[in-house]
Amino acid sequence: MIQLESITWQAGDFRLEDIDFSIPTGSYGVLMGRTGSGKTTLLEIICGLRRPAAGWVRIGDRDVTAEPPATRGIGYVPQDGALFPTMSVREQLGFALQVRQRAPAEIAQRVDQLATELGLTALLDRLPYHLSGGERQRVALGRALAAQPKVLLLDEPLSAIDEELRDDLAALLRRVQREHGVTALHITHSRVEADLLADVLFRLANGRVIETPLAGP
Amino acid sequence: MIHRTARISPFWSGLTLATALYLLLLLGMLGSLATYTTPAHLWSALGSREIRYSTGLSLLSATTSALLALLLAVPVGYLLSRAQFRGKSWLDAALDIPIVLPPMVVGMCLLTFFQTPVGKTIERVIPFTYAVPGIVLAQFVIGAAFAVRTMRNVFDHLSSRPEDVAMTLGCSRGQAAWLVTLPAARRGMLAAFSVAWARSLGEFGPILVFAGLTRLKTEVLPTSIFIELGAGHLEAAIAVSLLLVALALVVLVAVRILGERL
Repeated sequence: MIQLESITWQAGDFRLEDIDFSIPTGSYGVLMGRTGSGKTTLLEIICGLRRPAAGWVRIGDRDVTAEPPATRGIGYVPQDGALFPTMSVREQLGFALQVRQRAPAEIAQRVDQLATELGLTALLDRLPYHLSGGERQRVALGRALAAQPKVLLLDEPLSAIDEELRDDLAALLRRVQREHGVTALHITHSRVEADLLADVLFRLANGRVIETPLAGP
Repeated sequence: MIHRTARISPFWSGLTLATALYLLLLLGMLGSLATYTTPAHLWSALGSREIRYSTGLSLLSATTSALLALLLAVPVGYLLSRAQFRGKSWLDAALDIPIVLPPMVVGMCLLTFFQTPVGKTIERVIPFTYAVPGIVLAQFVIGAAFAVRTMRNVFDHLSSRPEDVAMTLGCSRGQAAWLVTLPAARRGMLAAFSVAWARSLGEFGPILVFAGLTRLKTEVLPTSIFIELGAGHLEAAIAVSLLLVALALVVLVAVRILGERL
């Protein structure tokens, strides 16, 4: 479960006030909103990269509001992937386990597993500079899943992808979310993406989040 | 229909002319220095005990001060680039003081600082005034300001996003900077080191004031030029100048080649 309760955040004139919403365990939540509406800020608050002025963030049954990003048990995929510029795909996929000082054999096994699942096996020795937009996003997804997080936070993961690959990556996101049993929060400004992916849909406008009914079948 | 006869506009001609004139001036300056005397005279001037000493001390002090400047520039540049805090613009401006101060004044500041009780206490442990560590310190003060500026620009151009991701993957802020950002900043670190090194190698004013001009003790290549000119040894002064030009060019080329490999 991802739960935000009475979250308030302010920077200059921009204000998010009393934000409440929750995504049930194992669901795919989509948060829609226009550019500049504060979607990324909310995601960063859940990540622990920004500290709210008031309110609580809960992940699973834990209050993580005061915890650093490292201990929240999250996987974060930023908009452009934000791959580590000097690391190969193999190193990116193994990074979270390397930081946790896991055994090399365990890291290698996990990297192979993720690479197979995400179709990255042929790219393992490449640097980010030599990857396409879709490949970058798949690497960022694998990197986020490596340490088996409880929740997956996706910041416009399909926005930098060519039109023809977008459906494939959306299907991959859905499959991966189900197979890994993670609770996902995907932010986007696209209604099409929301209809394609969401179990629960929220809309952020004028500093408030409202649950929105899903489009019918 | 497009006319194929290329006619360069007066605008571009003007810019080209200004660039060409400046380049000619630079080449003229270097050419006249290089052809003023014979290679035999140059070689014998460079072989003197004093010049060999000052060459060694210049290389050693510039390398030491540039390494120290880089050690300071990486954390300070990172702080200025990534952190938001009250008084940041004042700190930013204060760090430029060594760049805007006349070099002689930097030397005077160092000289007077080591006459204060704090300075005198430091001197009891390491003597700086009119001593070799003073040369390194004078070079460091100015080189570090340039290195800090360079590193700040480097970090400004590296997105903080990958660091954010690294923190969500289990890193502390320090680990994220060390594992993700520093490896990406290695070319910039090389640039900051070389800027500080080049500045240090050519530093004259603060060294003259703070470390003095004692032959075979606190003599570096720029002070050698000053001493040789003062003594009327024009050929020796030219030989040392050419050596400094050659060292600068070697560093320029080495940095370019190394930068491409990194």
